[in-house]
Amino acid sequence: MTARPPVYEKFREVQEELERSGAAIFRDHDGVESLVIRSPYSINYIHSYAEDSEFFLALADGKLRGSKCTAKRCGYVYATPRGHCMECGAPTQWVDLPLKGRLHSWTTCHFGSEAFLKETPYNLALVEFDGVGSVLLARLKDCTESELYVGMPVEARFSPTPKYSITDVWFVPASPEA
Amino acid sequence: MVTGGLTKFAKAHPAMDFRLMVRRAYDYALKGIPNLTKDRIDGTRISYFSDHFTRQLKAASMVQDYLGMNPKGSVRIEWGGATGGECFQAGYEAVASGRMDVCLAAGFETMSRVATWKGNEFIALASDTNYDFPLGGFYTGYYALMVIRHIYEYIRRTKFAGITDEREAQRRAIAEGQRIMSKVSVKNHLNALHNPYAQYPKRLTVEDVLRSEMISYPLTREQICTMSDGAAVAIFCDETRAREFTDKPIRIIGVGTGTDTMRLADRPFGKVPLMPREKPSDYADLKYPGVHSFRAGRAAGIEAYRMAGITNPNRELDFIELHDAYASSEIQTYEDLGLCKYGEGYDFVERGDPFLKKVDYGFPVPNAGAIPVNPSGGLIACGHPVGATGLMQGVFAFWQLQGTIRKHFGDRALQIPNARRGAIHSHAGTGSAVTVSILERGFRP
Repeated sequence: MTARPPVYEKFREVQEELERSGAAIFRDHDGVESLVIRSPYSINYIHSYAEDSEFFLALADGKLRGSKCTAKRCGYVYATPRGHCMECGAPTQWVDLPLKGRLHSWTTCHFGSEAFLKETPYNLALVEFDGVGSVLLARLKDCTESELYVGMPVEARFSPTPKYSITDVWFVPASPEA
Repeated sequence: MVTGGLTKFAKAHPAMDFRLMVRRAYDYALKGIPNLTKDRIDGTRISYFSDHFTRQLKAASMVQDYLGMNPKGSVRIEWGGATGGECFQAGYEAVASGRMDVCLAAGFETMSRVATWKGNEFIALASDTNYDFPLGGFYTGYYALMVIRHIYEYIRRTKFAGITDEREAQRRAIAEGQRIMSKVSVKNHLNALHNPYAQYPKRLTVEDVLRSEMISYPLTREQICTMSDGAAVAIFCDETRAREFTDKPIRIIGVGTGTDTMRLADRPFGKVPLMPREKPSDYADLKYPGVHSFRAGRAAGIEAYRMAGITNPNRELDFIELHDAYASSEIQTYEDLGLCKYGEGYDFVERGDPFLKKVDYGFPVPNAGAIPVNPSGGLIACGHPVGATGLMQGVFAFWQLQGTIRKHFGDRALQIPNARRGAIHSHAGTGSAVTVSILERGFRP
């Protein structure tokens, strides 16, 4: 008879045992025993940016591309692209966005999803631009929590080695006007 | 609604999979009403949020199967954080439409199957995976962005309008906001001390909340709900049958839902949809909803109040169980639901309106009892097993209105005396979907 997996009464210890051997038994306060196993899962998606592709390609050229509604009466401009206008429903066309904007809001994340924990702390910003009806979510770098405030001028920076991800652009505090 | 049941919400229930959790909640619901047997149930609505957590597609079919409900009709309900609230309404609608005489609404989530930060990653997949998730994929971060702006609009621009140094003024406004949000956290954790179903009941002070770990500035750990395992069920039927099953049925008198853009960044800057007692001039300078308020919550509230004939929720409701995934969103939601005007949410807490009269919170709450919010402890203290949460609120509201809190909690501290009407509020994403349902006592006490 093979040995049964070790028994633990704390769930945290079960989790630690799974890291070691892949199986454990949890005994709860009623004495009920449950077999717990490790079950890994990973996958590579084949992800198309489809109608949003232009935005991600433009980041590699150091450009921010937004959407402008083609309906004359509407003309809504979006900082985060969308193929059709949410207000009037007309198709949009691509427009260049300014590379300078202001913090509409911001935060510093001291924790994050597992995939981003190693990058903490990091700043997130919603950036507003003159003449644009919606904002853009981005990382904010080269500054610390204590410097940040709503309305702070910021400017875009682009990755020299694009990964074709929204992380190819980020913002930094704007350099003073010359 | 004729009955409801719950499992205790817990960090993990390793001895029960999702099927058994639902079964336990179902057994509890049926226990008190002998005339309501399985053969009287015409069909089900079953909710859970994420296939990632269960790593089992069609998990709702497995619940249907385990409860022995085949071959009756069933639909799986999913709507992000509002999954449970949608399921509650789907159960009601199955009966209200005449399709079923008796409908079981059941919901669950088993979030313990992955580590906390992986769980946060799954939840963040409910944000745009092109534009939002790759930046850090973290819901607390999104809510922090919203509350920083909410504080800017409603504290910086009012209480600290006299300070010209922008950075200094905003810092002081944020500190003020954090202090007031902490009172919400204290309230919900303390209320939960009397709720045996709650995951994290505890006695805290404002200082404890402020000192707890910073998760995403300005939100600290104690201002944020946690991940949970749990299940909840509610059973609906028409009015004639209701009397056959219980002498204490609860009527559903209003339902509302609202939606908004998936991406926070796309929210418009327009006009406020008005509640009955509001005027356009109240919000002449307010750009709405922006990222500071939940237009979906307001739309859901307006629809539900209209159906229920409510024009003054503070006077016409006796309590609200609302979706406080964050202490900040509880304050934002007071305003969305018209419990106070936009901009008055922080004062609403300071005055004490959403607190219970009989509980000692350790600070003055002059208006306590005005309109208790989250008497159960809310998501912050009860936990948030997503697919069950909105149904849990429905069950707590049901027991409040029946006047049976003592029977189910073994403690009557949370029983709101003579509660006649209550609302439940369930909320998804960064406010991309919200449900509001209004329940009313359907019997003479």
